[in-house]
Amino acid sequence: MTRKRRRLYAVLALVAGVGVAAALVLTAFSDNLVFFHSPTDVVQKHLPAGKRFRIGGLVEEGSLKRDGLNAEFVVTDLTERVTIRYTGMLPDLFRENQGIVADGRLNEQRQFIASEVLAKHDENYMPPEVAEALKKSGQWSDKPGQHAEKYGNAGNTTGKGKTQ
Amino acid sequence: MHYLANPARFQRIMTAIRPWAGGIALVCLIAGFGWGLLFSPPDYQQSETVRIMYLHVPSAWMGMFIYAGMAVASAVALIWRHPVAELAAKASAPAGAAFTLVCLITGALWGQPMWGTWWVWDARLTSMLILFFIYLGYMALWEAFDDPSRAGRAAAILALVGAVNLPIIKFSVDWWNTLHQPASVLTMEGPKIHPDILWPLLLVAVGFKAYYIWLLALRVRAEILERQARMLRFAAASDGQPG
Repeated sequence: MTRKRRRLYAVLALVAGVGVAAALVLTAFSDNLVFFHSPTDVVQKHLPAGKRFRIGGLVEEGSLKRDGLNAEFVVTDLTERVTIRYTGMLPDLFRENQGIVADGRLNEQRQFIASEVLAKHDENYMPPEVAEALKKSGQWSDKPGQHAEKYGNAGNTTGKGKTQ
Repeated sequence: MHYLANPARFQRIMTAIRPWAGGIALVCLIAGFGWGLLFSPPDYQQSETVRIMYLHVPSAWMGMFIYAGMAVASAVALIWRHPVAELAAKASAPAGAAFTLVCLITGALWGQPMWGTWWVWDARLTSMLILFFIYLGYMALWEAFDDPSRAGRAAAILALVGAVNLPIIKFSVDWWNTLHQPASVLTMEGPKIHPDILWPLLLVAVGFKAYYIWLLALRVRAEILERQARMLRFAAASDGQPG
């Protein structure tokens, strides 16, 4: 009985120890674990020009300008805005009010020159008719404000992202 | 739990459950995939591509579910030295690894048309890849020792340590920015999938669970028989020695 009890405590201690260690490591490396930075990060943290990173946000409505394969648009988290320039094929899901992640560098004019643009889609799945019906009845949840919270506080470990 | 620790009793129960599990798996998988692939509606933004979900999401759940089961069985094996728990964990690992691999491959096939990339090193995708490597490490550790009791103990400790990855996989999409979208089914606000898409998904998930139970019954039986054969061989070898 006592040996079993001792082994039980040893197993519990092992699991707790590994859990605490993992939590400490992940918290310490939190900034490196984010896949992209938000426009707010880019503007407020003054990320230097020429450094490669990823930026994520919503494509602002009415901001997309296309000229052949050249595209220019604005991503926003509804707090800050960053202009992105990209040459190449945009993914099928790319459209205004859609979440995207772009990989590239800032130039001296603080424009983001992207070498790759990925589309991000949300966690809602429904038939097209249902989406139409929701839009008609005004219950559509695809308002930019509801999505932007996922892009706001990007990489901010003390923000609401943790408590959600 | 202690009731199940007797290998003979465990085998009797598993033998009784096995045909039921197999039947439920067959019915649910045919119904779930038939409904999902042929009759369920396309998605409003991903259209027909969404059907990869009916394989991708249940596989991901199974990869994590089987690992959680392995971790619990390993703890039971370490604390109470129940041989059946150890064998159940060992017998589960290849199935869990296979489901995780299916999840990774279907995820890549889904990511290419929707996101525009096969693979990115975001927290969700990377932690799922790590789960696959932990499965491989667990199976390799079983083979690395000649003495099965030492192998079992080392593998059980690895399984317990690796369990820390499960909450990381689940909450990676909430804790960090990822390309992968947040959870759709197990969320605080309830499922965010329309019932016409959710029901076939859940059917496939139940089918996979039943298939796993069927497979586990078969594999644990094989493990028990193999261990008995090994003991018989040892006994025969020591009897045959002169003196």
